[in-house]
Amino acid sequence: MRFSGSRLRQIFLAYLFLLPTLIILSVFLFYPMLRAFLLSLWDYSPLSPDNKFVGLDNFIRLSKDADFWRSLGNSFLYLIVVPIIIILSLALALLVEPKIPFVNFFRAAYYMPVVTMMVVVALVWKMIFDTDHGILNSLLSRMSLISENVPWLTSPKLALFTVMTVTIWKGLGYYMVIFIAGLRSIPHELLEAAMIDGCKSRQTLLHVKIPMLWPSITLVAIISSISALQVFEEIYMMTQGRLGTSTLVFYIYDLGVRGEQEMGYACAMGVALFCIIFIFTFFNVRLMGKAHKI
Amino acid sequence: MKIFLKYLFLIALVIVFVGPFYWLVSIALRASGDIYSLRIIPENPTLMNFAETWQKFELWRPFVNSVMVAAAVLFLNILLSSLAAYPLARLKFPGRDLIFFLLLSTMMIPFQLYMIPLFLTCLKLGLMNSLAGIVLPTSVGVFGIYLIKQYYLTIPMDLEEAARIDGAGEFSIWWRIMFPLTKPAIATLSIFTFVGNWSNFLWPLIIIDREDKYTLPIAIAKLSGAFIDKTQYLAAGSVIAIAPVIIIYLFMQRYFISGISAGAVKG
Repeated sequence: MRFSGSRLRQIFLAYLFLLPTLIILSVFLFYPMLRAFLLSLWDYSPLSPDNKFVGLDNFIRLSKDADFWRSLGNSFLYLIVVPIIIILSLALALLVEPKIPFVNFFRAAYYMPVVTMMVVVALVWKMIFDTDHGILNSLLSRMSLISENVPWLTSPKLALFTVMTVTIWKGLGYYMVIFIAGLRSIPHELLEAAMIDGCKSRQTLLHVKIPMLWPSITLVAIISSISALQVFEEIYMMTQGRLGTSTLVFYIYDLGVRGEQEMGYACAMGVALFCIIFIFTFFNVRLMGKAHKI
Repeated sequence: MKIFLKYLFLIALVIVFVGPFYWLVSIALRASGDIYSLRIIPENPTLMNFAETWQKFELWRPFVNSVMVAAAVLFLNILLSSLAAYPLARLKFPGRDLIFFLLLSTMMIPFQLYMIPLFLTCLKLGLMNSLAGIVLPTSVGVFGIYLIKQYYLTIPMDLEEAARIDGAGEFSIWWRIMFPLTKPAIATLSIFTFVGNWSNFLWPLIIIDREDKYTLPIAIAKLSGAFIDKTQYLAAGSVIAIAPVIIIYLFMQRYFISGISAGAVKG
């Protein structure tokens, strides 16, 4: 290929525009990503004098690590939030999509937790869920719904589920907005035709709106399951991973950064997390696509 | 009647979503000794807790840090994404599709996979315990480049072509024509970058372990671990930490909500 002078100049300029970004991304994104895969094959800790290549040993160790399996189990258990989020945020969207008076106010109110930092959200709910002094137990016992205080965050049976409600509460507004956009994109003629044919609102919902919303439902399923698999801040703030509530990302942080700084091993876990998210997203897209065709 | 019930339900939901914020503020306003009462409006409300958290617990320090980090991240993101998106949208050069594909494919990779090698890189570059260590890794993002590139594509070519015929160089075309025209996309990018960065927790937690370099989320998290029986201070600190974002949100609400719809490309 031969480039004329002005063509060469244009190529040079194009790369000049990209240069600062490419440098920053190479140093802070591409290189660390590659190195994560390499480090997963090393016994590596900045605290240790002899770091060596160990092949797949880290992954073999993973397969025998009970804490890893418990954390992985919790991360999968956490996926319960996905269907709950889909149903509740769709319901919210159906409530506030029609242009009724004050609808903007309601939308804004439901969206407020989305913009608030998780650290503070987790802290408020930790106060509310407090076993002895929390407002939730006080209210429930005043209404005589419970006879003794419920250990929302202090019982291994309940803690993880209590944390899930916080994740759901914070996220609903975000997914609601995706569904509102989806509802807006349904052609009017379709809804009018359904009405002329005498569809009741429930029939319209089931046979027109939900099938037309399938792309939005898929999107919400993908985003919410990726973030459920990555849950960290809620756990850090509300239980510190105690009471059997450690999740995969919390375990990576705990082992790789905070405690022993077993970075090679933590990277192996990161690779496992990546594979899980990748496979999960892939199947989400495939399954949702198939269900849509039926 | 049906409408009345619907509004009653919508208002009940407002209590569910906004109630916890109200509860936080009401705790922050309480005088000591009054923490656990169920009173909805605190008796003898006081602003002392805010003053004490701000000065005695030096919350002003992480507040200033957070503001500086947010300003730097915002500036760099706007500048670098607009620059990088321009050739990707408008110029023909070898490697363009490869670079774009490479950028998009990194969006699939979770931060938690590479945070440890990133930490090692920053350690080597001497960025540990510095605000630059928080800023640089978040100074440009693939989402931002993508957002601006999509917006460039909606701008008609005629303007640039006319400028090119008049002999304008690529850089002045970008600076005088394209950049000013992307204001709506930049508004969206700014809001998302600011809110995301203001709340960013995991990365600062890793790269900062000196108290004078904490950002607000880290300071609040460490406070909550440190003292247990002074809930009002913690609540006051939390209110201070979320106030800037909430205030911006209340004024620019529609940008937030239309921004998501723009970002969430259908299908």
